[in-house]
Amino acid sequence: MTPIAHSPHAHAPISISKVMTTVMLALTPATLLGFWLYGWPAINLWVICILAAILGEAFVLRLQQRAIKPALMDGSGILTAWLLALSLPPFSPWWIAVLGSLFAVIIGKQVFGGLGQNVFNPAMAARVMLLISFPLEMTTWVAPALHPGFVESLHLTFGSQSLDGMASASLLGHAKTEFTRGIGLDQSLTGYYAPLDMLWGSRAGSAGETAALLLLAGGVFLIWRRIITWHIPVAMLLGVALPALLFSLIDPNHYAGPLVHLLSGGVILGAFFIATDPVTSPNTALGQFIFGLGCGLLTWIIRTWGGYPEGVAFAVLLMNTATPLIDQYIKPRIYGRDRRGAALPAKKGV
Amino acid sequence: MLIAIISLTVLGSTLGLLLGYAARRLAVEGNPLVAEIQAILPGSQCGQCGFPGCAGAAQALADGTAPVTLCPPGGRALVQALAAKLGVEADLSGVQDSVPMVAEVKEEICIGCTRCFKICPTDAILGAAQQIHSVFREACTACGKCEEVCPTESVKLQPIPVTLQSWHWKKPQEAV
Amino acid sequence: MLGLKLFKLRGGVHPEGRKQLAAEHGIRSLPLPAELFIPLQQHIGAPATPVVKVGERVLKGQLLAAAQGAVSAPVHAPTSGTITALGDHVAPHPSGLPVPTITLTSDGAEQWLEAAGCATPLELAAEEIAAQVAAAGIVGLGGATFPAALKLNLSRNSGVQTLILNGGECEPYLTCDDRIMRERAPQIVEGIQLIARAVAADEVLVGIEDNKPQAIAAMQAAAQGSSVQVVVMPSMYPMGSEKQIIQVLTGKEIPAGGRPADIGVLVHNVATAYAVQQAIRYGRPLISRIVTVSGGAIKTACNVEALVGTPVQALIDFADGYAQPTARLVLGGPMMGQQFTHTGVPVVKGTSGVLALTASEIGQAEPSPCIRCTTCVRACPVGLLPLEMAAHIRASDLTGAVALGLKDCIACGSCSYVCPAHIPLVHYFNYAKGDLAAQERAKLKLEATKKLAEDRTARIARIERERAEAAARRKAAREAKERAAKAAAESEGAA
Repeated sequence: MTPIAHSPHAHAPISISKVMTTVMLALTPATLLGFWLYGWPAINLWVICILAAILGEAFVLRLQQRAIKPALMDGSGILTAWLLALSLPPFSPWWIAVLGSLFAVIIGKQVFGGLGQNVFNPAMAARVMLLISFPLEMTTWVAPALHPGFVESLHLTFGSQSLDGMASASLLGHAKTEFTRGIGLDQSLTGYYAPLDMLWGSRAGSAGETAALLLLAGGVFLIWRRIITWHIPVAMLLGVALPALLFSLIDPNHYAGPLVHLLSGGVILGAFFIATDPVTSPNTALGQFIFGLGCGLLTWIIRTWGGYPEGVAFAVLLMNTATPLIDQYIKPRIYGRDRRGAALPAKKGV
Repeated sequence: MLIAIISLTVLGSTLGLLLGYAARRLAVEGNPLVAEIQAILPGSQCGQCGFPGCAGAAQALADGTAPVTLCPPGGRALVQALAAKLGVEADLSGVQDSVPMVAEVKEEICIGCTRCFKICPTDAILGAAQQIHSVFREACTACGKCEEVCPTESVKLQPIPVTLQSWHWKKPQEAV
Repeated sequence: MLGLKLFKLRGGVHPEGRKQLAAEHGIRSLPLPAELFIPLQQHIGAPATPVVKVGERVLKGQLLAAAQGAVSAPVHAPTSGTITALGDHVAPHPSGLPVPTITLTSDGAEQWLEAAGCATPLELAAEEIAAQVAAAGIVGLGGATFPAALKLNLSRNSGVQTLILNGGECEPYLTCDDRIMRERAPQIVEGIQLIARAVAADEVLVGIEDNKPQAIAAMQAAAQGSSVQVVVMPSMYPMGSEKQIIQVLTGKEIPAGGRPADIGVLVHNVATAYAVQQAIRYGRPLISRIVTVSGGAIKTACNVEALVGTPVQALIDFADGYAQPTARLVLGGPMMGQQFTHTGVPVVKGTSGVLALTASEIGQAEPSPCIRCTTCVRACPVGLLPLEMAAHIRASDLTGAVALGLKDCIACGSCSYVCPAHIPLVHYFNYAKGDLAAQERAKLKLEATKKLAEDRTARIARIERERAEAAARRKAAREAKERAAKAAAESEGAA
């Protein structure tokens, strides 16, 4: 006889794999645009990342003698690899993708005990690992609309064809380089800064950084589907925009304005898809807002004063470490109790 | 050189005197922990732990030579209380498995010898000579002493039957 | 009356209502079953004590078992007939354990016990109303089955500002309260007025979810010209939970560990109000209730008025049996109801529904790991962190779960319902609550037996001492005697 089941005897039509699929669906338009902009190399990269993640995860599950199918079918590994693929330079060689994906699912997730147990966002952990270990490959950006054919793309991905001729700096990288040469933002951004282009993604960057508008649409879709709430994205965008606005008002020649910060780099992707990773973000609405604000602020600080031109990945990882602390101090008020947990006084009257 | 020697000597002897005085002034008779542990233990002196009575068990617990799970009548609640008192991790895995028991008299074969009645440490057995005894469940700690002395094997420890009042949900099975 | 300001409910979920299955089926009486199984405990508190013997003939409405202790409720004969057994019968409880039960074989005569009744109930004294409610064995019919009279007395003593009648019926499938409000609104309103009189309430609100427009209309019509206000509430689960309906209608919260009386509120179910009216106007004790028979596996869903003690199988038969394979049978609603397997279990005072659910309705799946998505945190109407509590309980850290507010959990099941990982969160919480209660009982027992052991040791020591003293006394007496004899001999010799 099957054991007696506990209530409730009904369930919302939702599951982990549905959550993951919905996030993937939200990523699809921006990904397709990335494919269209960068052509075959980006597609190769995406496929390699996902394949490596699946195989790597299956291998580790086998080592742990755990059921492979349910853990693979939840789609979390694929989503991690997808996000990683979107944050890599589109013309990266194959081994960058493989190494990154394996690091993400094995070191980033399975080593901690699998889905739900990891402290750091796996995709960002992998990206940071790659960035620190292979700074050259990870900062070789190409301008979009450079369409290598399929065969040529295989050379790019698997061969040793040099990218020297095509390399182009991302906006943030360019600004930072010029700045160190003593050239002010007013000059360095001329020709680079065109917000409309950024919205549609026609600028150098990773596939996931380029299409701000489509990513935004995907994010709004996720909020509408109640997969994520507005707290982290809005707070993160505010966390970037507010200091940027303040400092650009003080010294516009030294500090880029909020629009440049919001639309360049991985802020939109980070705010809606990376920082909102439920596993590594706080439990409560207020906690999530603080978390998002921290992610945004750190991103801006790293971009402005740090050594790296882009700071989303570092900011998210740093705030991941703060998540348990935030959860420790920010808890919802329980019905019939005050904020500190003491019972409300018994009183009559309004 | 001389100043150093003198100052250290003075310092050392002063502190030594202070310590000596404190040892006399604040002396504690026996180990208070033993008394505190003994206060937690059931006090039925059943001897199931292998120590001569609860005082012996308390001493062993305080010395750290006995595990906090030593007392079967105390059950899980006692293990947790002891673990909290001694500041150790309680391994409840072994304790959980033991079903709570209670002594029960098989009335057909009870001869009314009063042996169990006399030995019961908590007066949980009611009866008189030549009369069938019965067990007051709420007072029985399942120490098993009655079982040992019963000449007809009439008294036996039985698992406490689950009732609507005592039933509760089991821990969910973990698939992952 | 629609203008009354509503307050916000925290959390909550929107399960698919599925009330249309039974909502349009009017209340019908069930054919009289041959045998009725009347458990002695159909309420929170001590079980009732039987006052009848096997073989005794009883009349409909006659007292079968009397209340025992402060928190208890009597049980009455649902029909006339003969008591055929006083024994155990399977309880309407997930454990499937037996419960002491009176078996009544009906004689088909449905012969009522002469009942006094009262033609002018609204002139009765408050104490008299409460006493009659107690005598009629009325308990909370919303599912909690707390003795109603006790609540009346408690509230009368502490004063009631707001009397709330719960017509929320937020559980999916169930339409018993909907139907009783549609069909018996005048009686309910009279019952409400009786309750209001019994506790001297200042304000009387009837909260009904907006998915029951006909019930709202019927109740509004019946309440016309009285002080009873019908308030339309948004449909949301768990709107019909006591804490939540108070919060939505008054904005007040019951202090943790307290009762509604602490904030001057009393909540009763609308069906309870009907039972109160029947008891006081006609002198009829609580011997029947409206039950919704529904679920995707039931052929013809319906609402029936069933006698207490009717085997559930009779209700299923009345609904033409099953149309589809049944994956699970449930007593009550799907959110908080209890699964049962034996269709011989009786309908009791707290049975609001009998559901036969198909596998697709249940939507059960293997649990997967928690991804900390916090959907449960957003769904919790109490403001708890279900994911954290479950993690602590899973690791056997019940104290940690209590520190997170386990005892404030109302077990509404919203968290389990929305969990994408299908983790049985509320099962974890009820396991922990049960285990903690068992530990508490064990601790109390330990203290009691320890006292007994100490008493015994002291007694044995005293007996030993007394024995020793007695021996010493005897010895002293003997020696004195010897000395005296010696002395006498000596004096004799001297003389």
